[in-house]
Formats: sequence, structure tokens, C-alpha cells
Amino acid sequence: MKVLVKSVSLVPLAAALIAAGNPASAEKMDDQLFTLVKIDQLEHRWQDGNDLVVWEGQGRIGNDTHKFSLRTEGEYERTADRFENAEVQLRYQRMISDFFDAHVGVRQDIKPDPSRSFAVVGINGLAPQWFETDASFFVSHKGDTSLRLEAEYDILFTQRLILEPSAEIDIAFSEDRPTGVGKGLSKVELGVRLRYEIAREFAPYIGINWERKIGTTSDLAREEGEDDNVFSVVAGIRAFF
Amino acid sequence: MCAAAVAALTSMVFAAGASAGTYDLTIGEKTINVTGKDRTAMAINGTVPGPVLRFKEGEELVINVSNRLDVDTSIHWHGLILPFQQDGVPGISFDGIKPGTTHTYRFPAQQSGTYWYHSHSGLQEQAGVYGSIVIEPKAPEPFRYDREYVVVLSDWQDTRPEQVLANLKKMPDYYNYSQRTVADFFSDIKKMGIGAALEDRRMWGEMRMTPTDIADVSGYTFLVNGKNADQNWTGLFKAGERIRLRFVNAAAMTFFDVRIPGLKMTVVQADGNNVQPVSVDEFRIAVAETYDVIVRPTLDRAYTLFAESMGRTGYARGTLAPREGMTAAVPEPRKRPLLSMSDMGMAHEGMDHGSMAGMDHSTMPGMDHSKMGGAKADPFYAPGSGLMPKAANGGRFLSYADLKAQKPLYPLRAPTREITLRLTGNMERYFWSINDRKYSEAAPIRLKYGERVRFKFINETMMTHPMHLHGMWTILDNGSKKWNPIKHVVNIAPGTTVYTETEVDAPGKWAFHCHLIYHMATGMFREVIVEGGPEEKQSSNQVKVGG
Repeated sequence: MKVLVKSVSLVPLAAALIAAGNPASAEKMDDQLFTLVKIDQLEHRWQDGNDLVVWEGQGRIGNDTHKFSLRTEGEYERTADRFENAEVQLRYQRMISDFFDAHVGVRQDIKPDPSRSFAVVGINGLAPQWFETDASFFVSHKGDTSLRLEAEYDILFTQRLILEPSAEIDIAFSEDRPTGVGKGLSKVELGVRLRYEIAREFAPYIGINWERKIGTTSDLAREEGEDDNVFSVVAGIRAFF
Repeated sequence: MCAAAVAALTSMVFAAGASAGTYDLTIGEKTINVTGKDRTAMAINGTVPGPVLRFKEGEELVINVSNRLDVDTSIHWHGLILPFQQDGVPGISFDGIKPGTTHTYRFPAQQSGTYWYHSHSGLQEQAGVYGSIVIEPKAPEPFRYDREYVVVLSDWQDTRPEQVLANLKKMPDYYNYSQRTVADFFSDIKKMGIGAALEDRRMWGEMRMTPTDIADVSGYTFLVNGKNADQNWTGLFKAGERIRLRFVNAAAMTFFDVRIPGLKMTVVQADGNNVQPVSVDEFRIAVAETYDVIVRPTLDRAYTLFAESMGRTGYARGTLAPREGMTAAVPEPRKRPLLSMSDMGMAHEGMDHGSMAGMDHSTMPGMDHSKMGGAKADPFYAPGSGLMPKAANGGRFLSYADLKAQKPLYPLRAPTREITLRLTGNMERYFWSINDRKYSEAAPIRLKYGERVRFKFINETMMTHPMHLHGMWTILDNGSKKWNPIKHVVNIAPGTTVYTETEVDAPGKWAFHCHLIYHMATGMFREVIVEGGPEEKQSSNQVKVGG
């Protein structure tokens, strides 16, 4: 894969941030800042016992080479009226090839209790055969390390009716018992969502989601009286602007 | 100030006998309604397109451009040979025209033919800042006609161009509503078998590109002289008359395949320069090109002027008719093309027009383009290209290989050096580049006054790029040697290599870019600096009025 990046510091980005406006001359145009706010998932999950509201989204600003993104995801338990998970990531990402960015940043898990802070490093981008991927390695302030792999794929039934299978695999390299994470393969989440793009920017969807905790993580969940194997029917919206 | 006055005076003396013409253009916002919804366009003298500017060859032009917008603007005189300070590219030729100010352009009209003008600031051209130029020649032209019409083809989007670009950056396939579906996959299995269908998907998936990606932007309404297909621009004629149609493609992103069912078109001029007449049934006009054709309707009936977008997403339509209100049948749009692996550069090895043994157009049997039927493949497209032009009536489709200069502007000589320009880009992030560098990352191309440079364009992308060099002519090497056509835009199809030559005869700083506006804006652009040259050529008002 050709690496297009030349060694640029953050200076041009900073300059672009300052100069962001309405560039009238061609020379300034190809280095503009663009923004994206994207809600990948905002959905209701119907499942045995505790229904959830789940969100996953990001805001991004940058030029072609350098970007900052603020990502958040989490789960809110409707009946218990509490957040089960809530995490925020701030990333700097930089183009490393035609289709991939490398990222570094910080992640804060506000929930579960006790909260954890992490450093994150990884890559994300469009893999061959159209898989949208994200691989991130985390080190918590307690020294625990873990890996999260995510992939999504679009299957077009029509130009607007699109089936999106997705997968997430979490691997922990050490145990963090207070947050319920056991060593080894800790979680697998598979989903299939069928969305209808009313506009590119707005698509309601329905789907199914299956979340399986594995190994020690599964044992820890069961000790807490939680389900380690959750199947849910979902409905939500995907949007960006 | 004093020096400028002296220079102006000298220039007046120098050009004694030439007529002088003053023209006033005002750029401002204007509400227009193309699609049924009111939208704010940027208009010149209140119209989109702006007025037809009619100059006389040899005329000393004084053009006052007033900016009533709240942003900077500019006017670039597309295809005109002029001092670089008059070329109208902000950041290269001048500082642009500030809001509320008037800028005066002064230069002599040293050529004749059909050209156009447009803003070179931001994306204003897409918002409506464009118009046509007709320069009447001093000497009689080598063809006759009884009447003429300028036919400005363009594309209009209700979405603001800045928003279109933002959408492309958020989602590069935002505008591609003809992507391949599950149903297409099953129909491919039926057609080619499951093995081939899977292999096809694997290859495209490997590259993360899609064969339906002909144009980056859809949702356009196509216009003839500012009128949509229903408003039906009409040019009147009397049966038996020869009509000269001056086609200008002022679209921001759209290539048109132009035909007038029932009429042969004799191409007499390309990019303002006379070519040896060639009679065709259809031609493709790249963004920013001009073609002059002569048609001779002998019947007292209407003819449809049909300009279909290359991606077949729509068409511009007008009518030639003996009387107002008459119409002719509007053809059915043709099937949307699919790009092939040839367009992906898979046939690149064999596509080097210059060095390939079989590409010597002058000696190769079967390559006599003057007798070539429409069925032959156009050598300026990759063999097997999904974009290969085909005339709707099975007749002759104009190829670059058909263009021969009527009167060469320069003697044939060997180029002094070759510069390779790989046309590159990143579809997924939506930016475009030359030799993998965007404009903001690249050093200018430095040329020496007096040299003859050969440019080798290698299109490594899957898009078609109409490359435009400002200030100097681009001689397209189509194998006609001395008769190679003289152009200002050369279209480079996907998966092809094309050579052009330029006599470096204009000192100063010039723009060089892909004329697709979103490609230009995202980096497929270079500054060209011509170093050296006679002193008098470097000042803005003392330019030799040449022939």
C-alpha cells in the first residue's frame, strides 16, 4: 500500500485551524478543515429483563492528514435507570496509508464503577473487501492492557435499504476484577442492522444484537447476577451531519 | 502608478489602429429557480450564465469586474493568451477582487474563436459565475455559416457547492446512488457464473472502488444556456442554412456526449483553434473544452440538441427549429456505463501512446482516422474501457485522434524535456493530487522561457481528468505530428497515458489543474512558473499582438 503521507508536523493543522474561514484562493482550498458528527447507533434494545438504550457516535474535525475525534459509546439501563457503561475517547488520528489512519488518544470510562482511564493506540480504516475496521489497544491507569477489534460491512439490497453486519471482539491481557474484566477473550458482540437511508444523513434501522461474555469475564458477570449471554432486538437511528 | 500609466500609454501607441472595447461585468448574488426551488446563485450581470462577451481579434480589451458579493471573487479568461497578471487566478496572477471593489483587466485579444470565462475563486464557478467569449477573427475563417449560436452547457445543484464538498469529505460515495446491490450480484452470477462474479467482486473489493463511480457528484440539473430540459433553449433557423454552434462545456463536473439526431455535425474548431473539418454523429465534450460545429438542417422541422452526461445521470436539451415552439422527439437516455478493469489501469502497460509501437498513428494500417467508422475503439480510452464512446446511431463518434490543426501555431520541433505527471488521488478521503502531492504540499513546476516541454500524463485514478494549463497552448500529441491539435484542455481518460507539448512562450506564474471543480479544490492543481523571457513580455501591458 502506498504511503502518501509526507512528514508533516501538526503546524499546518494549527495554521489551518487559525485560517479556517472561506478560502477564496485555490492554494488554500485543498487543506481545509472539515467536520463530521456521526451517530452510528442510537438504539433501543429489547432483551430479557433489562431493556437498554445504547449509543455510539463521534465528532471529528481535521484536514485530510490530521484529525481529532471525540468518540463516545455506552449503555443505559431503562428499568434500573442507570448507566451500565459510558466511555469517552479523545483521539488524534493521522493518515498512514490510502485507506488507514493511525490513532492515539485517551479513553475515560465513566461507568462502570470504579471508573478507569486509558491510553489508546490503534489503526482504523477501510480494509480490502469494504470492511470498515477499528483496532485499538488500551492501557488502563491500573496497568491493565486490552485490545478491541471492530468491523462492519454494508450489504446493499437497494441503494437505500442496507444490511449492516457488525462484530466486536474484546481481548484482555490481564484481569481487572473490579470492572468485571477477566483475562483472555472477554467479549464478543455480533449485530445485524437493516437500515433505510431516507437521506444519506438519516437512516432508521431495526436489527438484532447478540453479546456474549466469555471465560473469566463471563464468570465475573454471573457472580454479579448479570446475564453473560444477551440477545436483543434493536431499533434505532443512524445519522450524520 | 506612474509606471503603469506610461506602460498603458506605450501599449496604446504600440497597438495603434486596434479598436478598444470597454466591458463591464458585475458579480452578485441572484435568486434563480432551476429545479422548482428558489436558490441563491452567483451571477454575472444578473444572469447565469453571464453575458456572451464578443470581442474582436486585435482589440485592446478593458474589462471592469465589480464585486457585489461579500466574499472575494475573480474572473479567469479561459483559453485566452494574455499577460499572466491578467489571468485572474487569486494567489497566482493577482490578489483577487475584494468585496465592493472593481478590478480592471487590460489585455489585447490576440486570438480568435470560442472561449469562456469563469470565477477562479473557491467554488464560485459551480454557483453560476461563468459565461462565454466569442472572438471574431481578423482574417476570414476557412468555413462558411449563415448564423451562429453559442451553446453553453452546464450543471446546476440546488445544494451549495461548499456543502457538496463537505458531503464528499464526510462520505465519498454520498452522491453514488447506483452502487451494486445484492440483485446485481445475482444477475452477474447468471451472466458470468458464480466464479467470475465472485472474482469480479473480489477485484473491486480489493481496490475498494466501485465500477459505477463515473461522476463524483450526482443530483445535477443540466442546462443549455441556463435553461433546463423543459425550458428548452431554442435556436431558430431557416431550412438549408448552415448553423455554427459554439459549444462550451462550462459544467463544474460533467462531461457531455452531444448529438443532434438527424444531423451530421462538422467539427471546425476545438478549444478556439480551427481544426481540419471532421464530420461526426456525436462528440464528447470534456469539462472546460469548447467545440465549434456546423450543422445544415435541410428540412423544415425541429431537431433536438441532446447532451447526455457521460454517467447517463441526465441530459441537457435544447432545440433547433424553424419556428418558436416547435419541438422534436427527445431520445431515451442510454444505459449507465460501468467502469471496467481497464479503467483501473489494469491495461496500463500497453497504454503508453507515445512509446507503444502500434500507436504511430501516421503509419499504422487501419488507423486512418479520416475513414474510421464509429465502431472502432477510441485510442484515447483504455482498451475495453467502460467509458469508450459510442455514437447512439452507430455512426461516428469524434475522437481526439480525429483532431488535426488547420494551421499549426508552432513549427514542429523536438521537445527539450519531458515532465511526467501522474494523476493521482484518494477516493476514500476525497482528495486529488498530482504525483501523489496535493497543491498545498507541492513545489511549483518550473519551466524555462523558450523551451518546448513534453508532458506525460499518466492517469492512475479511475476518474477522467480534463487537465488545463493556463497561459500557454497545449499541443495534444495524437500522432498527427505537425498537425497535432492545439488545445487548452486535454482530457485524460482512466487507465491511459497521454502526451502533450507546450511551447513555453509566456513568462510569469500560471495555474495548471484538473478542471473538475472538486478535484481542483481538493488538490489536483499546480502552480507553473515560467522563468526568463524577454523583459517586455513580463510587464502586464506590453504584449506582442501575435497571430
